[in-house]
Amino acid sequence: MSEPVAVGILGTGNIGTDLLMKLRAVPEVRVAMFAGIEPASEGIARAAALGVLTSAEGIEAILAEEEIRIVFDATSAYAHREAAPRLREAGKIAIDLTPAALGPLVVPAVNLHEHAGAPNVNLITCGGQAIVPIVDAINRVAPLRYAEMVSTIASLSAGPGTRRNIDEFTRTTARAMEVVGGAQQGKAIIVLNPADPPILMRNTLYAVPSGATLDEQAVADAVQRRVDEVAAYVPGYRLKSPVVIDEQQTRWGRVPVAVVLLEVQGAGDFLPEYAGNLDIMTAAACRVGRSMAASLREGAFT
Amino acid sequence: MSVKGPLVCDTTLRDGSHPMRHRFEPDQVRAIAAALDRGGVPMIEVAHGDGLGGSSLQYGQSAHDELDLIACASESVDRAVIAVLLIPGIGTREHLAAAYERGARAVRIATHCTEADISEQHFHTARELGMEAIGFLMMSHMLEPAPLAEQAALMASYGAQAVYIVDSAGALVPSGARQRTSALREVIVDVGFHAHNNLGLAVGNTVAAIEAGAERIDGCLRGLGAGAGNAATELLAATLDRMGYDTPLDTFALSDAAEHVVLPLMPFQPFPDRESLAIGYAGVYSTFLLHAKRHGERLGLDPREILVELGRRKAVAGQEDWIVDVAQDLAGARASAP
Repeated sequence: MSEPVAVGILGTGNIGTDLLMKLRAVPEVRVAMFAGIEPASEGIARAAALGVLTSAEGIEAILAEEEIRIVFDATSAYAHREAAPRLREAGKIAIDLTPAALGPLVVPAVNLHEHAGAPNVNLITCGGQAIVPIVDAINRVAPLRYAEMVSTIASLSAGPGTRRNIDEFTRTTARAMEVVGGAQQGKAIIVLNPADPPILMRNTLYAVPSGATLDEQAVADAVQRRVDEVAAYVPGYRLKSPVVIDEQQTRWGRVPVAVVLLEVQGAGDFLPEYAGNLDIMTAAACRVGRSMAASLREGAFT
Repeated sequence: MSVKGPLVCDTTLRDGSHPMRHRFEPDQVRAIAAALDRGGVPMIEVAHGDGLGGSSLQYGQSAHDELDLIACASESVDRAVIAVLLIPGIGTREHLAAAYERGARAVRIATHCTEADISEQHFHTARELGMEAIGFLMMSHMLEPAPLAEQAALMASYGAQAVYIVDSAGALVPSGARQRTSALREVIVDVGFHAHNNLGLAVGNTVAAIEAGAERIDGCLRGLGAGAGNAATELLAATLDRMGYDTPLDTFALSDAAEHVVLPLMPFQPFPDRESLAIGYAGVYSTFLLHAKRHGERLGLDPREILVELGRRKAVAGQEDWIVDVAQDLAGARASAP
């Protein structure tokens, strides 16, 4: 068996740290650098205690490690725009967890292999990772003219990056529902709920078919199958209740609307369980990284 | 000499969008805006009930593009400023710029009362556009006066020129309105109060806020707003007059507008009936009213049970999807009961 692929993590906050915990359990990769720009960060201290090579030199530290083939960017959209061309120049694949959305949008359960050769892939948003798989699943049995999603996340799980860039969430998520999910039109809404104890991440999809009818059983089956596929890499991902078909007066007349209620419980690797919104991002990143590492290892033999 | 009264913003064309199920017609918008302008109302809010970009299956789709309605209102007034509502997470800066293009010159930027820090980019954009930027802290009954003032201070630091205490659930009583207004006055000069009438206290709470120093208040003609409606604009005009304030409002012109322009187009008179009362009592978002009724009917449940459970789960503004969820849970629990 070939050596694990060396990977780097850029960003030592909550997401970076949770990703580190997950990647340490992946046999195909070895975390060769955990880098941020804050020397006193708790994340760096924690990683160092685990014996992981750390640095406060950020992107420079990652670039200095020639063996690193894949870089997970868990910083900010702004920082990623700066880092992306340099990573590309250095021949390192970027898996982007920020809303920068420079590369193709990837959802493991939908298009994991479509962009296998891309130098930079983007993981959309937490809401996108939760909803786009279902949009795609329904769209395959009943082409959708419109898909609308609402994510509700616990206030405590929304970091400063999310809070300062809330428009990017709605815009990028809506676009992914169209580009990756296949709906003719997408719309996204996000609500922060401060309840104590914190709520689990919740996602609701309203899906409107182009046709006048909806095969209830086919939709329910497709959704359940897809939920199981996502749950294979995000264990806390599940239906909150069976799919509801709700006849509604809409701007397309009275139409059947498939309402899908989802819940995401985090794995609790580092972040608390209610932070399913962060867990689904790191779990998706992990899944994409694993697949890319596997291809790189196969490539080494050809 | 009488003292200058608080600025009244009429939100019939925004909060009233809820009972209208977001189906205001352009002619209705023109007539209401013109009547409010004639009645001396200095600021008129126009948008989907959930603010710019609110047209959705979650909240209800608009019959007409809100941008067109904003333009209709803007063309129908001589003096009044046209305002819009923007809830970050629903509407975006692009929506705001588009509303400005169509004549909006003020924006009320709304967040749940504990989440002011999601509004920074929107305040910046509003100020860059040269719009009057006003903060709107929704569900203010859920937060004590001191921490609420901290959230108002955050909005002020982003550029808010005024911040409203928004009693979205109509759950405050006058002492609560007074204490919150006093607390906000410590951090920002210009404090507003937006009332709902779910406990029959819309005008009373507004008066309490004014006595504690509120300089802006909200109303709707005939109280046409979510839940049991808002403080009626015509009642506010009369009340301010009787309190001895000098205002630009014409009480009789506004009561004519309420009677002859708004009443004929109202689908029902918002009132603290048993469901609206339950909203105020349970402390949930007033717009849940019609959605809870619809899903209650669909599943044979008392809407009040749904509303009380939503209150128990601490649902906040914008969480209409939880109504489906709670209704399904309650129906499921009933079906499996022995």
